[in-house]
Amino acid sequence: MEKRVTFGRWTIGILFAVPQLILIFTFFYWPAGQAVYWSLTLQQPWGGGNIWVGLENFRSILANADYWNSITTSLVFAGISTGLAMTIALVLATLTDRQLAGSRLYRVVLIWPYGIAAPALALAFRFILAPEAGFMAFANQFWPGFWDPGLDGADAMASIILAFSWKYVGYNFIFFLAALQAIPRSLIEAAAMDGSGVVRRFRDIQFPLITPTIFFLLVINITESFQDSFGIVDIMTAGGPANATNLMVYKIYSDGFRGLDYSGAAAQSIILMLLIVALTIVQFRFIERRVHYR
Amino acid sequence: MASIAIRDVRKSYAKMQVVHGVDLDIASGEFVVILGPSGCGKSTLLRMIAGLEEISDGTIAIDGAVVNKLEPRKRGCAMVFQNYALYPHMSVAQNIGYSLKVAGVPAAERTQRIQAVARILELEHLLDRKPMALSGGQRQRVAMGRAMIREPKVFLFDEPLSNLDAKLRVQMRSEIRKLHRRLNATSVFVTHDQVEAMTLADRLVVMNGGRVEQVGTPAQVYSRPASRFVATFVGAPAMNVLEGEVTLEGLSLLGGGRKLNVSRAGLSVGSKVAVGIRPEAVGMVAPGTPGALAATVDLVEELGAGRVVYVDLDGAPFSVVTSETVHPEPGSAIGLQFSETDLHFFSSETGSRLDVFKASVPEPAL
Repeated sequence: MEKRVTFGRWTIGILFAVPQLILIFTFFYWPAGQAVYWSLTLQQPWGGGNIWVGLENFRSILANADYWNSITTSLVFAGISTGLAMTIALVLATLTDRQLAGSRLYRVVLIWPYGIAAPALALAFRFILAPEAGFMAFANQFWPGFWDPGLDGADAMASIILAFSWKYVGYNFIFFLAALQAIPRSLIEAAAMDGSGVVRRFRDIQFPLITPTIFFLLVINITESFQDSFGIVDIMTAGGPANATNLMVYKIYSDGFRGLDYSGAAAQSIILMLLIVALTIVQFRFIERRVHYR
Repeated sequence: MASIAIRDVRKSYAKMQVVHGVDLDIASGEFVVILGPSGCGKSTLLRMIAGLEEISDGTIAIDGAVVNKLEPRKRGCAMVFQNYALYPHMSVAQNIGYSLKVAGVPAAERTQRIQAVARILELEHLLDRKPMALSGGQRQRVAMGRAMIREPKVFLFDEPLSNLDAKLRVQMRSEIRKLHRRLNATSVFVTHDQVEAMTLADRLVVMNGGRVEQVGTPAQVYSRPASRFVATFVGAPAMNVLEGEVTLEGLSLLGGGRKLNVSRAGLSVGSKVAVGIRPEAVGMVAPGTPGALAATVDLVEELGAGRVVYVDLDGAPFSVVTSETVHPEPGSAIGLQFSETDLHFFSSETGSRLDVFKASVPEPAL
């Protein structure tokens, strides 16, 4: 039997929903609607109202090579950092799952990086990966010019990917470990009796059974890599060198608040939103089919 | 087909020892049931044979070769788990055929062998289903099929019937027996259910507290229990055990001061013994019958074919199984009669069986 509360008058039901509706409207629909409105107008930087321009903002953005570069950069960043964060987390979780002593400690310790604000984390990594001091300076000593995120775009990209992945490894690890531990021990033992070795058991039993978690984390990681990367980019590279790390979310900020092109930035955020929506739909359509729900 | 030799096998977790030196020989083709209460180490012993638990001390040999350090897959054992442990993401056919796939058996031969096993277990129409879509009994059969298809040297069963309802359990029990007759593979079956144990076993191993209490055929274990624990654990309702002391006249029961006239060959006066009698071996007679013990009826459990009568014998609980059509009223007085040859004697200190006693006719109470 389904439990359901019914109200005699619909007004009471609405009244219960009002606080939540107000929150959603104030902090989601209103700003989003405002962004859509701005993206269709030209806002004057020193006030004086908006001029309706239709889709002109979108046209000029999409004709801009810098913008396409920023899309490519974002996709590369999302792909590599998601892959790295998930693979490392899965390896750690699988190892932890096999030998459980102290796993409670790991669980606590590994969730901490996720709790660190992106700018604080980025500052730490800026020091850690600095070319003039520390470990990377040591590497530069042997191979001069090997590492310089300030000059080399690839090095800069590697830095922000590393910082972002580090943050999400812990987050993913918690989910992977929980998923692995939810698999009944006897399934693994049955597979062992069936003659399956450690690697084979992972491939045939554990991996298929944690696909719902893998799928969930894939969606979360990709979405977050488009959004949560702002603080890291801002502190570590500020989009440089030569736009090599100018991710979409960072370009929105720099164009809008540094370049004072509010309308263009608004249009960019609409495109970013559509891109995330599209990617999520693709994932649900094509990857979810391969997921085994129990 | 393989024999198993277990020599002084022990298992400890950290500082806790759970199996204390088990010795057991299982002949090729034999069906051995390990029976014991939960926590007695029976599953641990089975898992050590399977290779799922490390053997702390002692050796286990299959067909003469010590397997202590061998991985489970190299021991040639197949196991049926209590919760079936079917792979939820694979179909019935994939579940049954997984071991062949791992072993690299070509697909055509695999299909053929899956079909053969499915035919024996009447699973042919279910081969494409996922375990989720099966009933408990069907899942159980798939688990059996997964063990069978490998044609293992040894079958290990870890309480495989305990998740089934009573009717299915009886049915699966006879199916396992038939299957064993057909395949004639060495089987070790662990259970806490004595009915299962009695009906399935060629030989019964009763375990308690990490030790083997008795090894024997079900009939031997029932008729000559080696210890007080075995006596009360095997048989339902449990054997009645009364504490007593050897006196000059025979045996004095503690509690009520009643006397049993028994010859006390070999036992010194004053030693404490426990005397047991199966509820099935006690007859109910009219109160005051010469030679009967007087008691008061406490409770009557109707079983349909018979009934269990719980009586009060000077404060000690005592049960009687009767198939007669008598319906004693709770609170009424009755007499209990039994033959001296049905009495079992156990040492009060060690609990082990004493065969020195021969009971004579029990005397009525004062």
